Amino acid sequence: MVKSDFGYNSKVEGEVIVTRADAVVNWVRSHSVWPMPMGLACCAIELMAAGGSRFDISRFGMEVMRFSPRQADCMIVAGTVTYKMAEVVRRIYDQMAEPKWVVAMGACASTGGMYRSYATLQGVDNIVPVDIYISGCPPRPEALLDGMMLLQEKIRNEGGSLRRTFRGRTVETKIVS
Amino acid sequence: MPTFRVAGTDLLAVVSALRDEQGFDLLADLCGLELQGRPVRFGVVIHLLSTTHKEYVRLHVDAVDDRVPSVSSLHPGANWHEREAFDMFGIVFEGHPDPRRILMWDSYPYHPLRKDFPLAGIEVPFPAADVAEVTGQKVEPAPMMGGPFVSHGGKLSEGEPSALDQSWTEEKPKA
Repeated sequence: MVKSDFGYNSKVEGEVIVTRADAVVNWVRSHSVWPMPMGLACCAIELMAAGGSRFDISRFGMEVMRFSPRQADCMIVAGTVTYKMAEVVRRIYDQMAEPKWVVAMGACASTGGMYRSYATLQGVDNIVPVDIYISGCPPRPEALLDGMMLLQEKIRNEGGSLRRTFRGRTVETKIVS
Repeated sequence: MPTFRVAGTDLLAVVSALRDEQGFDLLADLCGLELQGRPVRFGVVIHLLSTTHKEYVRLHVDAVDDRVPSVSSLHPGANWHEREAFDMFGIVFEGHPDPRRILMWDSYPYHPLRKDFPLAGIEVPFPAADVAEVTGQKVEPAPMMGGPFVSHGGKLSEGEPSALDQSWTEEKPKA
């Protein structure tokens, strides 16, 4: 959490911390990102390495890889998205509960990469909104970690974290003290 | 590798005899091919391996009217190979138990490995209509010339392979 988010002085305020709701909610969310590994090609190997002990994605609070979209809030698209697979990627994205984020890992997921061909979707951002693009072919695990930390920073700076879109309507969660 | 040109009408008898009498019991490969400038446009090549004699034999079959008898009744491993050759070239394998596409989606209208099909592709509707409605996405020709990764020459890139050398793109038809 950024220091300016607090208004805390233990001598003055005792056991009370004053902050904004967005800051608290975003802080919680950014440190419990549950990624859904959409491994489609060689980028998935680097994604697995990032989850292993050497690179250890859990240092940053996002190690709980879930293979069900209903239990995940961040889809890491790791690999080449063909037109045939694009439909599946979109359907899985639709099944994820909000709030949700998408990371396009590597050249293929970001732009189609070297696959300038009839079979390949030229960037996964054509079918789902992408929050972070990671360059590389494939990116090293460090690059993935860097991208995920950028995503955390993005989550931390999001506004309206209590606002939710539900069946086309915007719903505001009320905090009752 | 010895190669035999076999007529489609004789193919099943030849493959059957090679399997049962000569010991060529393993189908190593089956692929389609397009032969430009020949009277029969498409052909199929079958590689058979004898696991006892350690020998290969290659059969070449012309696809008269784009049709070849399926050998998947003799070698079940040919099933998916034949589906791929159908998908990519449009060669119809008569008697195939499951004659669907295997790589492209079922409603795709073209056969992409044909010589007259551009590498970039041809615009067709997105496979899933409901996803296309939400995203507005179509299956579009991939950017080749002028795409984001094309080098436009200069000192650094002279030694690099670049897409500018391509004589056949979606902007300039094949001569």
